[in-house]
Amino acid sequence: MTQQFYVSPEQLMKDRADFARKGIARGRSVVVISCRDGIALVAENPSPSLHKIGEIYDKIAFAAVGKYNEFESLRQAGVRYADVRGYSYDREDVTARGLASVYAQSLGAVFTAEQKPFEVELAVAEVGSSPETDHLYRLTFDGSIADEQGFIVMGGQADKVSEAVAAGWRGELDFAGAIRLALAGLVADKEADALPASAVEVAVLDRGSESTRGTRRAFRRLDDADVVTLLAEEN
Amino acid sequence: MQETSANQVAANATSSFTEHLQRSRPELLPYSVLQGLPSGTAAVPLQTPHATTIVAMTYAGGVLMAGDRRATMGNVIASRHIEKVFPADQYSVLGIAGTAGIALDITRLFQVELEHYEKIEGTQLSLDGKANRLGAMIRGNLPMAMQGLAVVPLFAGFDRPAGVGRLFSYDVTGGRYEEQEHHTVGSGSMFARGALKKLWRPGLSEADAVKVAVEALYDAADDDSATGGPDPVRQLWPVVYVVSRTGAVRVPERELAAAAGTIIDSRAVAQREA
Repeated sequence: MTQQFYVSPEQLMKDRADFARKGIARGRSVVVISCRDGIALVAENPSPSLHKIGEIYDKIAFAAVGKYNEFESLRQAGVRYADVRGYSYDREDVTARGLASVYAQSLGAVFTAEQKPFEVELAVAEVGSSPETDHLYRLTFDGSIADEQGFIVMGGQADKVSEAVAAGWRGELDFAGAIRLALAGLVADKEADALPASAVEVAVLDRGSESTRGTRRAFRRLDDADVVTLLAEEN
Repeated sequence: MQETSANQVAANATSSFTEHLQRSRPELLPYSVLQGLPSGTAAVPLQTPHATTIVAMTYAGGVLMAGDRRATMGNVIASRHIEKVFPADQYSVLGIAGTAGIALDITRLFQVELEHYEKIEGTQLSLDGKANRLGAMIRGNLPMAMQGLAVVPLFAGFDRPAGVGRLFSYDVTGGRYEEQEHHTVGSGSMFARGALKKLWRPGLSEADAVKVAVEALYDAADDDSATGGPDPVRQLWPVVYVVSRTGAVRVPERELAAAAGTIIDSRAVAQREA
């Protein structure tokens, strides 16, 4: 009978964390920016159908980097959680805080108990009536949760992108400005000086969806033509 | 072994909110609670509010649905403000007649069902898909319908690929029937249908369709005590939705007040008893 090697818990957790970090670092980045008009979510993503950004509920959106099958199952679980909660209580009882803590628990459980941790990093964003009441939560592979102010950058070259976004971020940006800033951030680590609209995925949480579009669902995905129009506004 | 777990994943992947509830929280389904009632209870029908007349019709470029505002419990008016027509999603609306409490819950479940599918799949269900889902929910309610708690919906939506408005009616067993031109359900439906037969014509404009719907409801309220007419004292008008290529829109009260006013005036001028 072979003897099991002893691995200390510290070493085990460190190995898992390194493994997850490596997986995430291979992916392309996602930027979530809170601004005057609402919250803009911008991801570098050449696929028009496999989304990194998704709607969870009326005022809540989801963005992720890492392994597609893992964050997609988390996104679907989030939609189920939110819909069941909204159906059994009331629509206004679904909050980003509740969703983020459910995500934190499942990520933490997988990180400690399963063979392999999830190689994902998530952002949960909830738009409020003013920029001060917006909520941005960042969740990492081990289940840690952080409440961020202003913006979140996740993914491969997060440090460089984050620096570029921090330099230009102001609370009074409109959607066009926020999306331009995010795109400028996403190319910070590249040779190219701009990303084509087909290489990015953009969605917004509209602060005034009730008054402008007559719907409480604030999430809106922008197509390539919308992005081109928004980018052209400044010129 | 591998195949089994793949099958399991596939079997668990559902885009249906109702199926998800059935698996994880069956007690939340509107028709699960009373299914254990002994069948003898049918002898004493429960006194619950009932919603009545709904009318729907196609017009040039879309489809319209309207409902009166009265709920009755036996011979008592239970509510003068009830709404029986709801947007199901961006391109479809739902009207309900029958036991109000269950119908309102089925409506809410249906709204979540459509939104849930849209969020999970990233695309909307086809209009036929929506109509079939609603049929399945009504069939789920069959045991309660047998005990006197029936719900009869009317479903209308804009079929975007085909570019036309379409109408579906149901029976209590969940049977789905596509209707042409116009249809009505509820206790006042026979009177409203008579009015629609005379007033409806092909290629109605949206504004004319609204007038026709209000007049059909007026006739239903005239002869059916469970249907409420326009109420100028309380400023209550029917609930009317139009669905076209641009989506479902609720017709503003001011238009309905004007339409109701015209009908009341013309009937007063005609000086006829019936």
